[in-house]
Amino acid sequence: MNQLRRAFLKNAGAVGTFAIAIATGLFKPGAAFAAAWNNLAFTAKDPAEAMKNAGYGGATESSDIVIKAPDIAENGAVVPVTATSNIPGTTSMAIFVEKNPAPMIADFEFSNGAEPYISTRIKMAKTSIVRVTVKAGGKNYTSSREVKVTIGGCGG
Amino acid sequence: MADAMKMRATMEGNVVDVKVLIQHPMDTGLMKDKNDKLIPAFFINQVVATLNGKTVLESQWGVGIAKNPFIGFRIKGGKPGDKVGINAVDNLGTKYDGEVVVA
Repeated sequence: MNQLRRAFLKNAGAVGTFAIAIATGLFKPGAAFAAAWNNLAFTAKDPAEAMKNAGYGGATESSDIVIKAPDIAENGAVVPVTATSNIPGTTSMAIFVEKNPAPMIADFEFSNGAEPYISTRIKMAKTSIVRVTVKAGGKNYTSSREVKVTIGGCGG
Repeated sequence: MADAMKMRATMEGNVVDVKVLIQHPMDTGLMKDKNDKLIPAFFINQVVATLNGKTVLESQWGVGIAKNPFIGFRIKGGKPGDKVGINAVDNLGTKYDGEVVVA
């Protein structure tokens, strides 16, 4: 009985807060996020499958994608990666870590003057190939480099 | 939740260089706490950037982005005084917004 009451109060509180948030305009449902999160690509355990599900299947190797990352990362929890595509007409870019439990890291779509350049920090479970794929002119391209990890950062 | 986000936008030649830091645990759902119980996945999964309200970058993130995410990107055609905005959301629906004026 007590537990039921507690759960009820908790839920009531949560719903109340959310309603207020909507009323005050804190949450604008569906304002900025056009596409649905690509669950199929992000949950794929096989890197090739993740790439295919993300729309980067059949990518051609290209040295025009420049990946900057450390050769050896002491802490796999925070590995800085910067990627630039020098392929004309690049519209999107994705990052994969082949040996991670979930290889797909992120997908970026460029528009209205954004340059095909991304700098971020990723997690690496162990030493692995870091792969960057891009879409340009209706074709897929890819490049990769190995990063050695001393201490893994995925808790696996 | 503007205080969860730090942003900087500066001109580098004719390109706006944007750097964004968001405070977020980015829990993968694979880690266990000290009582050996799985910590549920909790991560930012979509981030959109705008220049003067126009979308320039749309991104989807998985659990492999490091804790307290950092993202840097560049926009051609911006100028000092322009506004760069960020709208992010995590898998539990919490939104994180930020805006900065190009210096």
